[in-house]
Amino acid sequence: MLPNRAAVEGVAAQMQLAEVKGRSLWADARSRFFRNKAAVVSLVLLGLVAAFALFGGLFAQYENDFVDFSLIGSNAYLGVPSIETGHYFGTDSNGRDLFARTVQGTGISLMVGIVGALVAVIVGTLYGATAGYYGGRLDGLMMRIVDVLMSIPFMFVLILMLVIFGRSIFMLFLGIGLISWLDMARIARGQTLTIKNKEFVEVAVATGVHPLKIILRHIVPNLLGIVIVYATLLVPNMIIFESFISFLGLGVQEPATSLGALINEGSRTMQFGYYWQIAFPLFFFVVTIFAFFFVGDGLRDALDPKDR
Amino acid sequence: MLSFVVRRLAVAIPTLLILVVLSFILMYAAPGGPFNSERPLPPEVLANIEAKYGLDQPFWKQIINYVVSVVTQFDFGPSFQYKDRSVNDVIAQGFPVTLTYGFWSFVVAVTVGMSLGIAAAIKQNSWLDYLAVGVSIGAQVLPNFVMAPILLLVFTLWLGWLPGGGWNGGQWQFLIMPVIALSTSYMASIARITRSSMLEVLNTNFIRTARAKGLPMRRVIWRHAMKPTILPVLSYLGPAFVGMITGSVIIDVFFSTGGIGQFFVNSAFNRDYSVIMGITILVGTLTILFNLLVDILYAWIDPKIRY
Repeated sequence: MLPNRAAVEGVAAQMQLAEVKGRSLWADARSRFFRNKAAVVSLVLLGLVAAFALFGGLFAQYENDFVDFSLIGSNAYLGVPSIETGHYFGTDSNGRDLFARTVQGTGISLMVGIVGALVAVIVGTLYGATAGYYGGRLDGLMMRIVDVLMSIPFMFVLILMLVIFGRSIFMLFLGIGLISWLDMARIARGQTLTIKNKEFVEVAVATGVHPLKIILRHIVPNLLGIVIVYATLLVPNMIIFESFISFLGLGVQEPATSLGALINEGSRTMQFGYYWQIAFPLFFFVVTIFAFFFVGDGLRDALDPKDR
Repeated sequence: MLSFVVRRLAVAIPTLLILVVLSFILMYAAPGGPFNSERPLPPEVLANIEAKYGLDQPFWKQIINYVVSVVTQFDFGPSFQYKDRSVNDVIAQGFPVTLTYGFWSFVVAVTVGMSLGIAAAIKQNSWLDYLAVGVSIGAQVLPNFVMAPILLLVFTLWLGWLPGGGWNGGQWQFLIMPVIALSTSYMASIARITRSSMLEVLNTNFIRTARAKGLPMRRVIWRHAMKPTILPVLSYLGPAFVGMITGSVIIDVFFSTGGIGQFFVNSAFNRDYSVIMGITILVGTLTILFNLLVDILYAWIDPKIRY
């Protein structure tokens, strides 16, 4: 069976076009990413969640710390989610609007995740690139430090810190920042070891560029792909980490809240049939985590040179 | 092999010391002593109490005393909040509970996770594979503090099959929900790692050779594919152990099982420093010992690894 002549010409024309245009690494990765349906859907979902956290407050009919005393004790029939009362997600057991609180909780959880990932990207990449580039004894020392820090159960140390220095968002960020970069440092170091033997680095060394400048100008940009992938996968882990602490009541303090704290509150009242108090925070938690994992997987397929 | 173990120990012991010293310094840096209450004690009384607990001595002497008593006698000192019991009493009371459901969670996570992963890899693209992949993706977003309320909702509130909490000497009804809640997300990760590892191994040359010799599939998998498949799973066990021991805090708080996690959180709210420190050091020690064990196992299974 002979192929259709027109189709063959069409393909040939397209191939020519592609050749003429040429595609950068990033354009290539982008097209691969957008072919992954789960990742694209997740990206849209993430956008919606972010919009909810950013602009949801404009639609809330109540302030997030406004306590409606008339509702306390009559949650079962007055605090149910409804459009008429303006409590779209119902109220919590203290008579506060759950919609406003979910908006705030989602925002704080997202912020924790993104700050944790940012710290990981900045500290972890530089640390790993430095260790990998210099190599030798410095590398051994720096990586041993990472090994030691990694084998300590950090949740316990962080709770110890929260108890001693007081519970605040700042301490939480500090604690999350302290651990989030460890994995990233290892990944960045491994990548650096392969990059530092490439010709362009040799040229830079030969022309007398300062080592720090080589790391910043030549090594780090080449790490970017893998760093972005792992940062995306780190965000949900950081959100889970924060929710864990807030679930115990040791994290974000009232009147501020996070998804973990809201899930904890909801789980305490579900035995009375107030299912909406756990359902809405849980829904946003699950959607956010799912979406981040899928986007991360999609980015890995698109950017990670290993799987090509 | 022996020199490898010795060298590995030489790293583990300083790590432990760093943990002990670090938590002591953190406690020492805490603003306000443990006996500062709303009703201030008379200075003489306070001085007496501090002398009793050794808090009047200079910093270096305190830290040496603490480290020596922890290292040589496993004595974490008295609780600062409950005068009638020491940190060791608290650990002796809570630790067996944590150990019991922790052990079962670990067993469930490893056996179920690995069987699921291996089955999925052997029957790739079958309904079993899709089920395993689906479960492991779903369980990723179900960390223990999400699983626990869901289990409670379904099995206690709706179905009424299982008690909603408590320990009751570790009867099986009281054990089921803590074990499931704690193990699910790790089971899923182990299944995913096993599946991809097994698939990779099944595509290697030596497996093809084994098949070409006419060995039955069962034998190929058990004798040849198993060992290299286990390696990535083994290196995940360390983080899984840390995750589970951390997760036990949630289990203890949510199901009131009475393990060390419950004491830990209570002490965190009471600012009972010595208990928090004792539990942190205990958990750290366990983690480091476990990692040591995993490393030794790894070197034993994979002869290529030599440090």
